[in-house]
Amino acid sequence: MAEPQALVEIRDLKRYFDVSPPPLERLLQRKPRAWVKALDGVSFTIRRGETFALVGESGCGKSTVARCLVGLYRPSAGKILFDGIDLAGLNRRKTAVPLRRRMQMIFQDPYASLNPRWRVRRIVAEPLVTHGLVGSRAERDARVAELLVQVRLSPEDGDKFPHEFSGGQRQRISIARALAARPEFLVCDEPTSALDVSVQAQILNLMKDLQSAFRLTCLFISHNLAVVYQVSDRVGVMYLGRLVEIAAAEQLFARPLHPYTRLLIDTIPRLDPVDGAAAEREPVAGEVPNPIDPPPGCAFHPRCPFADARCRAERPELIEADGALVACHAVAEGRLAPAALTTSSHPGATGRAGPSGKLAL
Amino acid sequence: MTPAQEPLLQVEHLRVELPTRRRTLVAIDDVSFSIMPGEVLGIVGESGAGKSVTGAAIIGLLEPPLRIAGGRVVLGGRRIDDLPYEQMRHIRGREIGAIFQDPLTSLNPLYTVGRQLVETIRTHLDLGPEAARERAIALLGEVGIAAAAQRIDHYPHQFSGGMRQRVVIALALAGNPRLIIADEPTTALDVSIQAQIIALLKRLGRDHGTAIMLVTHDMGVIAETAHRVAVMYAGRIVEIGPVRAIVDAPRHPYTVGLMDSIPRIGGVRGRLKQIDGAMPRLGEIPPGCAFNPRCPLVFERCRRERPELLPSASGAAACWRFAEEGARAADG
Repeated sequence: MAEPQALVEIRDLKRYFDVSPPPLERLLQRKPRAWVKALDGVSFTIRRGETFALVGESGCGKSTVARCLVGLYRPSAGKILFDGIDLAGLNRRKTAVPLRRRMQMIFQDPYASLNPRWRVRRIVAEPLVTHGLVGSRAERDARVAELLVQVRLSPEDGDKFPHEFSGGQRQRISIARALAARPEFLVCDEPTSALDVSVQAQILNLMKDLQSAFRLTCLFISHNLAVVYQVSDRVGVMYLGRLVEIAAAEQLFARPLHPYTRLLIDTIPRLDPVDGAAAEREPVAGEVPNPIDPPPGCAFHPRCPFADARCRAERPELIEADGALVACHAVAEGRLAPAALTTSSHPGATGRAGPSGKLAL
Repeated sequence: MTPAQEPLLQVEHLRVELPTRRRTLVAIDDVSFSIMPGEVLGIVGESGAGKSVTGAAIIGLLEPPLRIAGGRVVLGGRRIDDLPYEQMRHIRGREIGAIFQDPLTSLNPLYTVGRQLVETIRTHLDLGPEAARERAIALLGEVGIAAAAQRIDHYPHQFSGGMRQRVVIALALAGNPRLIIADEPTTALDVSIQAQIIALLKRLGRDHGTAIMLVTHDMGVIAETAHRVAVMYAGRIVEIGPVRAIVDAPRHPYTVGLMDSIPRIGGVRGRLKQIDGAMPRLGEIPPGCAFNPRCPLVFERCRRERPELLPSASGAAACWRFAEEGARAADG
């Protein structure tokens, strides 16, 4: 797995949350301890300079990966290597802080992630102060002004408070703050899902510009597959705390392998229902199961049209198939061929084409 | 749908105001549209465009100090916007059902879903407790809840998000309404569950002739569900027409920008087309066309005069460009 150009390497990452009943209840009613396995053995690498996206439905563990990476959660087991250094070994502030400067996070909710009582100047300058990157006040103000201009705000905006800005502008402030310490690695957890589409386009374009200007590596977390298609180089699909497929973005959307990936791509409401087929398709039944008591074997088997006895008993591991990594017995055994998603003839010509997905049986 | 049919809902020149200490702001300005029986009308726009306020005004649930300041709402030939509270209560639920975004806040956590359903049914229909319970079970089955006879005695927290939204839809259907106002019904749900709920809403329109006013910011949901769509911007409808026409060949520059900025799967990856700026706040709506500061095709008249909705190819768009084109065509 060790790739020379890997900036971030995650190995068998686990994060369990204790959801046991209170001790007295456990004692009196003999209730067992209970754990939510938010992450149950997740491994992937992020290469220097690329955007790696994690997608999945709520509760699949994608945000937990992000929070483990930046140190907001401590992993229950497994390793996170950043530039070859094991983050778990960095217990003390003295060793951890210099490394933390190199990774920054942008959060989903621009209304909750900025301190309402601080002026924008102080918000953006916080990482500079924390990491001791600027000497004088003048130097600090100059850097803040530079950052505000980089995110297409004006230096005078530094005097204002967050409530004076719209959602999109607030997300620009978050981005300025994240860039302040000149990080190499950005973790973006649903950065545009609270924004309107026209504003979302502005923010995604801005992030793209900044990424190439500062050669940033990104982990991009989103439930919106169209956004992921637009911004990412490689994509990991998560289901119930496990990665079920990792593939290059173009390949994942053209030839998804895992039945869950196919389901996800198939259920996005489309602007262009092809031949009215998509408009009348019957959605796949069922929901994501309870993570406290996940099904045995492949966690997706209760919803999977291709499940057999082995899927119900044995948990599939990620294996290589068709240039991608996929955790599916049906694909491994050759029972399930790569989906033949018919894209319309000239997808690039109109820029409006979408996969008219049907499960290929 | 035959053109001879009477529209079920007619909204005419609706105006909703928000009085503040300094001045009165206009939240909804001169909005007119109609919905036919069995039709799904999508109302799309960005946050603050006035889509939810329009829905709340129709159903008589405007939060004070918001108030209707002009226009009429006519449901099945009867004017309903000026009814006293008690009469409006009977229309809500019986004639118009409502589905809101967050299924958890729409349900009372202290009562079983069955009790809430039975209460709603008995408020609106003349049924005994037994018959009402039977109808409640039938409704839960209809919205796709398995083992409805057992599930009816469960509390809302025992249902998942998607199942709760089904319960809310069952509640909205309880009085057999002719119109359902669904305000962002799938926004809080995951995509695979969203697809199930969309299919359910479409089936209602088809099987029962229920008209649906679907308020959402998600153009994809509209494209899959609605027959016609109205695009709102800064409290006004800027374009209205059949959904395929709006999606494939939008006319108003705002609709064009909106459609272009939606990320799509397939095709060239890279920069998205963006509309610079943001929708103006209520107090800062510019004179002339509200979209003029962001419009790539703006000209003198747009900054001065406000365009009205003018019929275009198959729908209507409020843009001076078409008015001028029309005038030129008339001259030539």
